[in-house]
Amino acid sequence: MKFDPRHNYLHLNRQQRPPLLRRLHLDFLLLAGLGFLACIAFLILFSAGGQSSELLVRQMVRLLIAGGVMCAIAQIPPRLLNRYSPAFYIGTVVLLLAVLVMGEIGKGAQRWLDLGILRFQPSEFAKIATPMMVAWYLAEHPLPPSWKRLAMAGGLILLPTLMIAKQPDLGTALLVAAAGAAVVFFAGLSWRIMLGMAGAIGALLPAIWYNLHGYQRDRIRTFLDPEADPLGKGYHIIQSKIAIGSGGIFGKGWLNGTQARLDFLPESSTDFIFAVLAEEFGLFGCLSLLAVYLLIITRCLFIVLEAQNTYSRLLSGSLTLTFFVYVFVNIGMVIGVLPVVGVPLPLISYGGTSMVTLLAGFGILMSILTHNKRLLAGGSL
Amino acid sequence: MTTQLTIRDNFLETRLFLNRIIAALVLVVLSSIGLVVRLVYLQVVGHEHYATLSRENYIKIAPLPPTRGLILDRNGEVLADNAPTYSLEIIPEQTTNLSATLEQLKELLHLSEEDVKRFQNLRLRHKGFESIPLKVHLSDEDMARFAVNLPKFPGVSIQGRLVRYYPQGELTSHVVGYVGRINEQELQNLDPAEYRGTYYMGKTGIEKTYENELHGKTGYEEMETNVQGRSIHAVGTTPAQSGANIHLSLDIKLQKTAYDALEHYDGAIVAVEPATGRVLVLASKPGFEPNGFVTGIDDATYTALQNAEDRPLYNRAIRGHYPPGSTIKPFMGLAGLELGAVDASQRLFCPGYYQLPNQEHHYRDWRKSGHGTVNLTDAITQSCDVYFYELAHRLGIERMHDFLKQFGFGEKTGIDLAGETGGVLPSQAWKRKRRHQAWFPGETLIAGIGQGYVQVTPLQLARAVAILANRGKVVQPHLADRLQSHIGEQYPNPHVEADTNTFIPASSGHWKTIVDAMIDVVHSAHGTAKGINYNLTYQIAGKTGTAQVFTVRQDEEYKDLHVSEKLRDHAWFIAFAPADHPRIAIVVLAEHGGHGGSLAAPMARQVIEQYLAETGQ
Repeated sequence: MKFDPRHNYLHLNRQQRPPLLRRLHLDFLLLAGLGFLACIAFLILFSAGGQSSELLVRQMVRLLIAGGVMCAIAQIPPRLLNRYSPAFYIGTVVLLLAVLVMGEIGKGAQRWLDLGILRFQPSEFAKIATPMMVAWYLAEHPLPPSWKRLAMAGGLILLPTLMIAKQPDLGTALLVAAAGAAVVFFAGLSWRIMLGMAGAIGALLPAIWYNLHGYQRDRIRTFLDPEADPLGKGYHIIQSKIAIGSGGIFGKGWLNGTQARLDFLPESSTDFIFAVLAEEFGLFGCLSLLAVYLLIITRCLFIVLEAQNTYSRLLSGSLTLTFFVYVFVNIGMVIGVLPVVGVPLPLISYGGTSMVTLLAGFGILMSILTHNKRLLAGGSL
Repeated sequence: MTTQLTIRDNFLETRLFLNRIIAALVLVVLSSIGLVVRLVYLQVVGHEHYATLSRENYIKIAPLPPTRGLILDRNGEVLADNAPTYSLEIIPEQTTNLSATLEQLKELLHLSEEDVKRFQNLRLRHKGFESIPLKVHLSDEDMARFAVNLPKFPGVSIQGRLVRYYPQGELTSHVVGYVGRINEQELQNLDPAEYRGTYYMGKTGIEKTYENELHGKTGYEEMETNVQGRSIHAVGTTPAQSGANIHLSLDIKLQKTAYDALEHYDGAIVAVEPATGRVLVLASKPGFEPNGFVTGIDDATYTALQNAEDRPLYNRAIRGHYPPGSTIKPFMGLAGLELGAVDASQRLFCPGYYQLPNQEHHYRDWRKSGHGTVNLTDAITQSCDVYFYELAHRLGIERMHDFLKQFGFGEKTGIDLAGETGGVLPSQAWKRKRRHQAWFPGETLIAGIGQGYVQVTPLQLARAVAILANRGKVVQPHLADRLQSHIGEQYPNPHVEADTNTFIPASSGHWKTIVDAMIDVVHSAHGTAKGINYNLTYQIAGKTGTAQVFTVRQDEEYKDLHVSEKLRDHAWFIAFAPADHPRIAIVVLAEHGGHGGSLAAPMARQVIEQYLAETGQ
């Protein structure tokens, strides 16, 4: 018997019906992983935020909103996502332009768009809109893409990236570029071209260096030699390393991390929250968290593998890889192997917009999974 | 055709896609391994290093200053005490309105602008949660007035601290010394860990010599501290160890008697227990009020003290250089006997002056008419200068120097007081080195009666007298008898040498001759100190001395009354008693006191009398 996902199956008996979660277009394994992350997040946030319940309540509200967004998006079938990708992309670019214009007027960094009752960052939309657009564009024709199409895809990525970099928000710009690049990677960009691009970027490094803002250069300098200015720009990373290192194997115990509790660790509930986990729960805690992330990513890769059409494959692949890049860049910066860029630890760091974007991404992944006719037909879900 | 192509495409695409998923998986795994490696490096390999850094971050050490040891006299009388004083302190953060609080306190306690200004300056250097003193040394009245109004002043409190107090004041100023605020220069030579939280240290006297022992060991409180430096709570405490109490051999009652005996004269009295070298009295007059130095003395007062004509800050007993005058004669006599230059029965004629062979110069005797025919005993009893001119001439300066050196002349006694000087015992080598001149024979004669280059400190002379009283046993004078912790543990004294058991080798007959002659000084009818021998139930062996302050020219005569006070001779008296079993050896110096016999000897007798009465016959 063939199942049609558009149908409701209420006329079937209990054994024959797909499970409830499936009918709600949600995936139990992903939900479980994300829920587990949320629990860890509350645990650490309570400690990092000076044991304030207010912080937890606000985070919980955000989580509920983001979860709602995720569930809503999961209901949209991939083919609709595909159809509206260009419109979404164009809308995002327009909003980014609006931000830049307003930033010009307001003199200085501007990331927010204030619509009176609603304040949001259009750059967060770009994290989803860009891979959607590139996937839509590349999926139109057989893969691997031609040179011309590659160049076009590059343009589609660069446009929002540069606009965000101009805000300036280097961290988000890099993530947007990474999301777009991941689509191109899954589309089968040849290794030779990738090597060549890496070489070209290497050659362009000096030029990029001169186009960076002073504080951005400082961050990179600090990353290369944090001890050079231990009380100034290197302070974050040094205190972060102290927090992690002093945690040892099993940590100082929950609520006993002196670095965070006594305010030595800056940004302890946002970008540097991983250091709090490392201090209080040690290597054991770090590996556990990493394991949860990897389990989620494994499930995502399964979705990518089983995706039925090119658009779904490319988009889900990109979202999965971007999620990992988030994790890697944040942890990498906190443990001092990457420069400090403003990337939060996915679903753990305190903060609103990035959580909505992330869960929206998981909504798309769930949609791709649960609208999969072959899997439903095979009953393997 | 098209369909076929699409099918082929799909197949290719799927393979390509699978490859990319595998590549992505490999990327994810490798990156994760990279993160894990780094985490292991930080949390396992570097754990100890970072744990230390973390601890240094949040643990601040607050010193717990030790209580300074007390200084007591031989009878347990406290000479240096720790008295509580109270100061008014403010924790700015806890006040509701700092400027209003200051204004009200100013009115209530009559604070000066100076007090408020100093407070404001201190406030700039401290954090808001630290307690900053507004006024130190609150009077009882101010305390009472503030205490009544305490509820009106949140964040303001009275803090008690122990401050050094010297109950005997001037009387012990030169012995006990005083403590003062540690200055920058001193700070560099101190162990910074031990002196965290200590603001005072010994500046002079016993306070200085025994600084290490008196100070005690600083304790520590480990405070958990946040990034702003605010203490959260204590995590560990190492209590402070109080400094050792120092029990001196000094007898404060005897010290007072000696001090008062000097009357209006500047000078010094030193008394020691001959058998042990324990110092019983070490008085230098004038003294000063030491308590002023503890809390910080103002410049004007200090300058006044320093420039005062009678130099009250100067410890005459251990730093004053004076010619010993005739007090050197018993030692010279022993030298003559021991080295065979004279014998006890040999008589010389004293015409009132002495001439070196082939020289015109008259070396005068203090008695112009002369003493007639005298033996050694007569020469000491009557203090005949001519006899000792001849004796010195026979001995020569080198033999004199070598013999007298055994009594400790010309070198520091090694007493446990800082700032001692060594006096001068001249020799040819000394003169060549210090004056770049050859020695003249006439200088030997002058040295023989304790004038010229010879210079002693009262303490040095007291040690020599003690050795004489011991019939040769050498002792080191010292003040600290024992060092004791507040729970009664004894500490070894690093500043006093153990008994060296050295003896000056001389025949007992010679010692007896000299001691008998000194007994005659007091007890015979011709003795220069016969004035003090009334009602004596024991024997005092003594010797008077008169130290010339200025030289009388050949054609002049010295007349006490004609010379102004400042140029009058210093009066000396040295003695020990009882003569057969001496329990006290004493030196009295009264600057510009004139004759030793009439002025200094009665002072010495007062002290001897009281000490012997106190300690029982």
